[in-house]
Amino acid sequence: MTLAQYEQISNYAVASATVILGLAFIAYVAQWGFARNVAPDHALVEAGGSTSKPAGPAEEADRSDVAGGIGLSLTGLAWLVLLAGVIARGLSAQRVPWGNMYEFGCAGILVVLSAYLVLVRVWGIDWVGPIITGFGMVVLGLSALVWVPPGPLVPALHSYWLVIHVLGAMIAGSAFLVGAAASILFLLKSRAERITPVDEQVGFLWRIPPSAVIDKVAYRVHAFAFPIWTFAALIAGPIWAQYAWGKYWGWDPKEVWAFITWVVYACYLHARATAGWKGRNAAIIALIGFGCFLFNFIGVNLFIPGLHSYAK
Amino acid sequence: MTNAVPALGQREFTRWFWRQLTSMRTALFLLLLLAITAVPGSLYPQRSVDPRNVEAYFIEHPKSAPVLDKLGFFSVYTSPWFSAVYLLLLVSLVGCILPRSFVYLRALRARPPKAPKNFSRLPASASFETEASVDDVLKAGRRTLGRARVDTVTEGDVGELRAEKGFLREAGNLVFHISVVVVLLGVAFGTLFGYRGTAIVAEGQGFSNTLAQYDDFGSGSLFNTDKLPPFSMTLDKFTARFQLTGPQRGAPRAFEATGRYTPTPSSAERPFDITVNHPLKINGTSVYLVGQGYAPVIKVTDAQGHVAFDDAVPFLPTDPSYTSTGVVKVPDAKPEQLGFQGFFLPTAVAGKDGVAISAFPAAANPHLGLFVWHGDLGLDTGLSQSVYVLDKAKMKQYMGSDGKGFPVSLNEGQTQKLPGGGTIQYVKTLQFVRFQFSSSPLVKVPLFGVAAGVLGLILSLSIKPRRTWIRARREGSRTVVEVAVLDRVPRDDLPADLDDFLQRFRESLGETQETTQ
Repeated sequence: MTLAQYEQISNYAVASATVILGLAFIAYVAQWGFARNVAPDHALVEAGGSTSKPAGPAEEADRSDVAGGIGLSLTGLAWLVLLAGVIARGLSAQRVPWGNMYEFGCAGILVVLSAYLVLVRVWGIDWVGPIITGFGMVVLGLSALVWVPPGPLVPALHSYWLVIHVLGAMIAGSAFLVGAAASILFLLKSRAERITPVDEQVGFLWRIPPSAVIDKVAYRVHAFAFPIWTFAALIAGPIWAQYAWGKYWGWDPKEVWAFITWVVYACYLHARATAGWKGRNAAIIALIGFGCFLFNFIGVNLFIPGLHSYAK
Repeated sequence: MTNAVPALGQREFTRWFWRQLTSMRTALFLLLLLAITAVPGSLYPQRSVDPRNVEAYFIEHPKSAPVLDKLGFFSVYTSPWFSAVYLLLLVSLVGCILPRSFVYLRALRARPPKAPKNFSRLPASASFETEASVDDVLKAGRRTLGRARVDTVTEGDVGELRAEKGFLREAGNLVFHISVVVVLLGVAFGTLFGYRGTAIVAEGQGFSNTLAQYDDFGSGSLFNTDKLPPFSMTLDKFTARFQLTGPQRGAPRAFEATGRYTPTPSSAERPFDITVNHPLKINGTSVYLVGQGYAPVIKVTDAQGHVAFDDAVPFLPTDPSYTSTGVVKVPDAKPEQLGFQGFFLPTAVAGKDGVAISAFPAAANPHLGLFVWHGDLGLDTGLSQSVYVLDKAKMKQYMGSDGKGFPVSLNEGQTQKLPGGGTIQYVKTLQFVRFQFSSSPLVKVPLFGVAAGVLGLILSLSIKPRRTWIRARREGSRTVVEVAVLDRVPRDDLPADLDDFLQRFRESLGETQETTQ
């Protein structure tokens, strides 16, 4: 196959993955929607063979489960198609497929979906599905706006640190996203737990784990991501900068925001260990941290000139 | 505070202040403040990053720029307010590390605590009966626990095993926080004793490491500029490759500078080969390839027929196609000094309105366009002058017959007559390289500091400090065994871990009976 053919395959695959991910998002939203009248223990009662409950919510619960299953299957399919797209991109460019903003978006979402699918198997966190798929769809869609043809890289990027530094940032970023999604659901769920009387506890929010479990998931994902982020942003980045630019830390806008992101997540870890900051405030700090990460990826790339400008 | 306040009040205030400063809440607040104060440095141009952008900001915002400058917005990371935040954070950090280190050292020597009376109050507990003796039960428990600090106490019919493990969590935590301090000290040391400067060197030219040869130079306040390492180097050839086809046409693909260098005046000459990402190391100084451009060789003959100038002149690139601007100063021209200012195009093509533009960064059709001034270059005033700026205060431009400036327009090899007599020749095209020379001693200290920090972080985030108690009581011919586990950092996998432990424990006893939890 020629490089141009690989390029074409990659473009079709990424576009298809965006659409499939959009469908997965719709399925996940339907999963929530169908369950809006369903009490938390309904599925269990059904499984136990009880027929005393009215048929309506039972059917709705089933429908919700089917929609969730479709959402997960479509996410898996999107992962497969996107994997093909990212590999084809690498083949057509003859290098690692994360040398510019478009490629970082595609490869980053591939890592996000991988992390999500693994964690669904390990911890059963399919309840963050709508946020993950929705976010993935939006990022893939927006990446199309900064599409550039595949090609070789500028000399400053000719380094194996490109593989290490950027891959580390993508893995940490994916975990940050899962952590942010869990933090959003933690805020929703813990608020609902505070204000909803027991007999009004219907809807999908009551079919997901209690807020304490969600909080633990969020913490574990962040605790995994933080050392990797430290490595990618504060070790691999400076080592490469020392080789490429002759100074390991130059307060380039990208570096500033990587540092800010690091400090905010350090805040999160401290907040979780501080009375009065646990729970709600810590979750909000985690969301601010993810906001900083996103701003570093989008805002700094597009609006602030700096040494990392070739990330465009 | 007034003088009437007794000394005790002062001391209490100090103690109160210290306790506030070293509290977790303050650390949190300072961390958030550090994040916020770092933001302006990414939004406003910084002197340390690019002073020219700061000058441009002053021109665009003449009213707000001086105010922002006073507030330190153009040098955020050395400003008093940013420094105040990180110094307070550092003090708070040390104030936190020291007492925790002592506590940790005591904890390292301490024995595991006594078992609580009522195991069922603990988050995870279980009990079972066995025929094994109290002694055998405790021995089996010891075996099953593996690496942990264990005490066993036996009083009559009752035996108790106390175990604690996971000390590395706090060790990791301390290592991480200490490493933050080490990194900051290492960075400070490297900055105070380091230097950095850039110099433009054209092909065939040399550079020797003295202050006068630098275009710009900066060093830490404890660096002695007389002690620059005495190396020298000569640039023989610079190779640049650009993308020739496709949408990325003109994008740089490879830069390589080759030449010779002598590490010390007495040593032999060695070859070098510097590319982006692969600097040359000479006695603690690293030489980087950070920029490149064209240096046309220009020969000026004055009105009296003498060769007044014959040298390569670097023209600084202003866009990705290497449209470059530059200045030629000819102080030796007689009867009047001459100055030229203009542009260099590596691949000149006719633009839309007849103005030549550069179509490609490589020198496929190099072209030089200059205007000419005559008079006094102002080099004798004693003030230092940039080689890239023509001081026209005491100079007059030669004008053409159309009333516009007289244009010098030369392709490689061409010669043109000047209005006041004499000629200018564009002899050939050389390339120049902008080298950065920098030294930051003990650069490995911050590196190993961060690396140790990450290891400490991983330990402190992954290790479970856990206490386990086993109580065995002989009742007739059987032994009742109670097991309880307590995590100092609550985790939801505790019951599963206890099940697993019980299974191994009972296998070690040779039992397979039911357990009640």
